[in-house]
Amino acid sequence: MGLARYVAVRGALIIPSVLILYTIAFIILRILPGNPILAVLGTKNIPPEQLRALEHQLGLDKPLYVQYFDYLWRALHGDFGQSLVIRGRPIAADLASRLPATIELAVAGLFVSLVLGLGTGLVAGLRRDTKIDTAMRIYGALTYTLFIPWLGLMFQLVFSVWLHWLPVSGRIDPRVHLRTITGLYLLDSLLTGNWAAFKSALAHIVLPALTLGIVLSGPYTRLLRNNLAVVLDSNFILAYRAHGVREKRITWHAFRNAIIPVVTYAGLQFALLLGGAVLTETTFDWPGVGTYLVEKIQYRDYPAIQAVILVFALIVGLISLIVDIIYAYLDPRIRY
Amino acid sequence: MVEVVTVVARKLRLGLGSLLGDLPGAARKLAIAGTVIVGVIIAMAVFAPLIAPYDPTKMVDSPLLPPSAKHLLGTDMLGRDMFSRIVYGGRIVLWVVALATALSAAIGIPLGLLSGYHGGKTDRALSMVMDAIYAFPSLILAIALAAVLGPSPVNAAIAISVVYIPTYFRMVRGQVLQIKATPFIESARALGIPASRIMTRHILPHLLPTIMVVFSLSAADAVLTEAALSFLGLAVRPPTPDWGFDLYAAKGFIQSAPWLIMGPGVMITLLALGLALIGEGLGEKVRRTIG
Repeated sequence: MGLARYVAVRGALIIPSVLILYTIAFIILRILPGNPILAVLGTKNIPPEQLRALEHQLGLDKPLYVQYFDYLWRALHGDFGQSLVIRGRPIAADLASRLPATIELAVAGLFVSLVLGLGTGLVAGLRRDTKIDTAMRIYGALTYTLFIPWLGLMFQLVFSVWLHWLPVSGRIDPRVHLRTITGLYLLDSLLTGNWAAFKSALAHIVLPALTLGIVLSGPYTRLLRNNLAVVLDSNFILAYRAHGVREKRITWHAFRNAIIPVVTYAGLQFALLLGGAVLTETTFDWPGVGTYLVEKIQYRDYPAIQAVILVFALIVGLISLIVDIIYAYLDPRIRY
Repeated sequence: MVEVVTVVARKLRLGLGSLLGDLPGAARKLAIAGTVIVGVIIAMAVFAPLIAPYDPTKMVDSPLLPPSAKHLLGTDMLGRDMFSRIVYGGRIVLWVVALATALSAAIGIPLGLLSGYHGGKTDRALSMVMDAIYAFPSLILAIALAAVLGPSPVNAAIAISVVYIPTYFRMVRGQVLQIKATPFIESARALGIPASRIMTRHILPHLLPTIMVVFSLSAADAVLTEAALSFLGLAVRPPTPDWGFDLYAAKGFIQSAPWLIMGPGVMITLLALGLALIGEGLGEKVRRTIG
């Protein structure tokens, strides 16, 4: 009962936060001055009756509060409206084709950042106040201030242009045929047993995932190091040592205790991960939601921008819900 | 003249000294390194016309020349001197970041003070809005705002400032809640001191060290956000020199003129690093004084 109730209440709390972001996006995009149609057309020389017809067709002539609820109602049914630029093209279809690429990149980036961050954090925590510790801490501080596009371009320069080891950009070799099931290329190629596609997709994701992962790994280094320091100084570790428990086992127990706050942080980090993904996608011409957003911004396609914000708000809300549920499952004291 | 210079130098050192004084060795070194980096970049931007050998917006030589004594960082695809563009580019970044952090502090701190001090329904509603913005990917919000406002440095600063308002709000509100419960605030209230005076004279001074830390850390972050907006073409219009924008322009020439990505990339990272180091050093000091 306890956990189910917690999940229900916590889940309901997503609704206000998504609504707030939808409202902010609506205010930014619709109430601020400027006519979206004129912005898309890039000209003011359009006959007024034609402009009115266009506005009517897109529902922009209705009162703002009607537009607000109309859009929300349709969005709830998976209809994000139509692109202003390519008229008649549903935005939901665009997003559905782009979202898997972003998710694949974000998950790969998260994986890299966890491996690097936890690895360096563990080494630093176990060798506290040595030169290695200082080096790891500098790694943590330095990587956080790297500019993602620059790091990505440096990787392209070294591994693609000079060494020819990996492709410069894109998601998969266009000559490779892959039947998509989930839209996650690495998973799809494994599911269909398509070895060539898997190799190509893997080669394409290495540099973007490294770029995103390295920049976001710094906070994990610091977090795990500092937590390890606290845990290793605690009484239960002293008791283990007194009982002659082997150092390897002690490390394992300390690591398990120190990693709990990292779970929460990884959930919070997801927003940063999505933001970083936009830059990584632009740098590597990765066909995800980030490049979609940048394309739409160039054309001032307001409904599309609004839809992207709404989808990101939903993803962030869902991720934080999942993290909180994992947490509540691990720690029975957390209940409403 | 010499005397004036010495006096000014001593004053400056005193100012810095009291700011960084009695820091533990490593943190002090970090903060000083950060101050030097940021100081050099600010000086470079201020004295850009004296340092830059060429006009950053004019074609001065053939395009895509490699680095040489004549063009320290080569020339870009329009034959403009890259070194001069880097020197001038600092002006836009520093201006946008300064304006953005000042704006978000000017809105976030008073809101946090009022919300935390008075509490109630307004506080709950405001906290909810701030938390929603805080949880959302800040870069995407800044991109959307900058896109709607149109590409200009001031608009970029406004877009960036919205993103960091919740950072100040949350930090100030949390601290106000703690300080409010202490006896000295209670006695001030019992004496009938008006709330506005308690907030500005009794609570705010306690927050200043933490505000300084958040200020430099959010400035470091704002450098990266500005560079990102600029990289996506949302901060300046050509031919204005700006690091992020120049990096995007260099992206297309990574095969033929790879040296072009070095200048803008190194500068963005250095400036962000310098500000972060100052924040780290100050943060260490605050932690030691409080904890």
